[in-house]
Amino acid sequence: MSEQSYVRTEMLSEQPAPLGQTGMLKWMRENLFSSIMNSIMTVVSFAVIILVLMQLIPWMMQPSWVSGSLRQCLDDPNIDGACWGVIRDRFNQLMYGFYPHAEQWRPNLAVVLMLVAVAPVLFDKLPRKMVWFSAIYPFLGAWLLWGGSAWTPILVVAGFAIGYIAFKMLHNMVGNMAMIGAVLAAVIWWLYGIGSVSAWLHSMLPIGIEAVPSSQFGGFMLSMTIGISGIALSLPIGIVLALGRQSDMFIIKTLSVGYIELIRGVPLITLLFVASVLLNFFMPPGTNFDLILRVIIMVTLFAAAYMAEVIRGGLAALPVGQYEAADALGLDYWKSMRLIIMPQALKISIPGIVGSFIGLFKDTTLVSVIGLLDPVGLIRTIQGSAEWNGLVWELFLFVSLLFWLFCFSMSRYSMYLERKLQTSH
Amino acid sequence: MAMADQPAAKSFRLSMLLYDTRYRSITIQIIMLGLFVAGVWWLLDNMYSNLDELGKRPNFTFLTAPAGYDINQRLIEYSSQSTNARAWLVGLLNTLLVAVMGCILATVLGVSIGVLRLSKNWIIARLMTAYIEIFRNVPLLLLIIFAMSIFINIFPQPKLFRGEDALSSMYFWDSVAFTNRGWYIPKPVFESGSMIVGIVFLLSIAGIFVFGRWAKKRQEATGEILPNFWIKLGILVIPAVVFYYIMGQPISLNYPELKGFNFKGGLHLRNSLIALWLALSLYTAAFIAEAVRAGIMAIDKGQTEAAAALGLRPKRIMKLVVLPQALRVIIPPLISQYLNLTKNSSLAVAVGYMDLTGTLGGITLNQTGRALESILLLMITYLAISLSISMVMNFYNNSVKLKER
Repeated sequence: MSEQSYVRTEMLSEQPAPLGQTGMLKWMRENLFSSIMNSIMTVVSFAVIILVLMQLIPWMMQPSWVSGSLRQCLDDPNIDGACWGVIRDRFNQLMYGFYPHAEQWRPNLAVVLMLVAVAPVLFDKLPRKMVWFSAIYPFLGAWLLWGGSAWTPILVVAGFAIGYIAFKMLHNMVGNMAMIGAVLAAVIWWLYGIGSVSAWLHSMLPIGIEAVPSSQFGGFMLSMTIGISGIALSLPIGIVLALGRQSDMFIIKTLSVGYIELIRGVPLITLLFVASVLLNFFMPPGTNFDLILRVIIMVTLFAAAYMAEVIRGGLAALPVGQYEAADALGLDYWKSMRLIIMPQALKISIPGIVGSFIGLFKDTTLVSVIGLLDPVGLIRTIQGSAEWNGLVWELFLFVSLLFWLFCFSMSRYSMYLERKLQTSH
Repeated sequence: MAMADQPAAKSFRLSMLLYDTRYRSITIQIIMLGLFVAGVWWLLDNMYSNLDELGKRPNFTFLTAPAGYDINQRLIEYSSQSTNARAWLVGLLNTLLVAVMGCILATVLGVSIGVLRLSKNWIIARLMTAYIEIFRNVPLLLLIIFAMSIFINIFPQPKLFRGEDALSSMYFWDSVAFTNRGWYIPKPVFESGSMIVGIVFLLSIAGIFVFGRWAKKRQEATGEILPNFWIKLGILVIPAVVFYYIMGQPISLNYPELKGFNFKGGLHLRNSLIALWLALSLYTAAFIAEAVRAGIMAIDKGQTEAAAALGLRPKRIMKLVVLPQALRVIIPPLISQYLNLTKNSSLAVAVGYMDLTGTLGGITLNQTGRALESILLLMITYLAISLSISMVMNFYNNSVKLKER
């Protein structure tokens, strides 16, 4: 038997993969042309994209930024594209409505401060002390927007201090019942104390900025005001309603369910009608409070019902073991909710919560139906004006883009938050 | 047997209402009920004193008074002499019309987009993602007004269709005209005998169900599978077509024609209806697409693999294994999107479509000044629609619920 063998002693060097199996070509074959059907769809898609771009690019590329009216745009033979002059002409209005020109630094400052105020809530790497600013911001922001005496917001904040002092004083006497006294003290202060004290302080030491009535609010600033107040207020109310709906107490559960189902069963627009026409009927005769405030109340009440349903989903998704473990630790109801249940339930419902925030922000456009001049209302005003009658694309695209940017970034943030808080494997 | 250290039964003290868990929940509930009743009483009291001041005690007699305004789109007999209640009904039907049309189109679009988004084709998946992200993040009201604005300002005037070398022309063999006053489409005209064709058609639909049952039984008995789809299509189409010719073609189409400065004949779909319908459908389709995608992705891959291991072919895997499970996940959000669409149809008021909000909550409210009553009725009507839709949803949920222990 011969000892000859044909065993290779050294490895062959690596060969490059066949041309069709690498890089671009492989990718295209797998992702664009994997079957006849897919190839057809790919070709059709590209054809559609190219057709749209062929229309869009010349329109975008030969714009006019200076025309003062649609007529000028149409008559000028050099202009073949978008007539962006309308945005330049009406930018101020689309942003601020009829807010006095000299005071427009105030909404701007309010937005900048708002970013500072929400930063510690959104990103937990920032120093925790900043939360104090977030707590003060609602009053500061409202004062910046509406103006008036600087004493009013200070005295409103003082109401919390009064409540706290009342609580401390009563706590020794009646224990936890002191909470009721504290709330009463603060409410009495807000209802009856502030007006006269503020007027007195203002006459002693007049500091303040020019008051701007709500009727001059408009544009994107109005959407932001309503949207952000609604967002900030609807979350806590929604949590309370969700807890109420999960409660064992029959009356509380019935009231919560009734409220949630009633609100979710009707369109927001009917509630806005209530805000604009009916709400004053339900107040003591002679009261007449601001339309924007009424709208904020209604939008908040509306969003809170949806928020409650989202959070209830989160509560229901928690295993019963979590509730039992909290009880086993000897925590009382509020402590177990605050320390064990809510952090987990809220985490589960983040996508839903942000979803309803986005919905709320989009729904602020409905105020144009009851005559407020938000961007959508302004579009109709501008389209009705002599200069811009008949203009369609530019206005709508600009306003859509504004809303889209806001809503899209909110949805992206919720995805980031979900990833960050993910604790499973 | 003696109980050790049994504490002496304490007499009842007032503080036990708050600190004893046996009584606490009752105390809290009574306090809440008291606050609620007091709040409602306060609101109603304010309302009555306010209304007394205006001299307008709530009453509903305005419903039987003549409405005194016209409604341009009506599905039932209505004139300005009809009552406000009649106007309310016309509005309700218009709401339901646009809601049903919207649900159908939104479902078709939404399901296709949701499925295509999961496509392996890169460009298709990206396009669908873009569609969803664009339409989900833009306010619906803006879309509705945008659509309306395009129809009014971009579409040609009817007079441009005139003459030999007209600037605009009709589409689909001169049967459809898109103008700035709305769309004109052919209108079916039913003559005597069409009734029979209709009945035959309905009978064939019933026949399809009967055949389906029979085919299933046969398959279970013999294992043979018939070409069900083609047979069903045949049952649906052939008898109706045969009877259509037997009865002497009783159903014909009335085409729109240009007469003078406007189109006559055919069916006139107003801009407001089309704008509302398209905007509602495009917007809701984005949400439905997300629901469909979530439903399909919720099905474990093991299910498909197990079905393949049983020897099922891809089509039957989809039909017998994946879809029944995915539908369980998809249907509830789908129905809640229908609910949203119906409620959102109230935005019709922004483009002058005469739905519930436009008639009862709009003109009737303004003309009679009966704000409280009109808005109350408006909310009750919407609530009734919503509750009936959620009832369907609950019924469905119960019927497909996994039967666990």
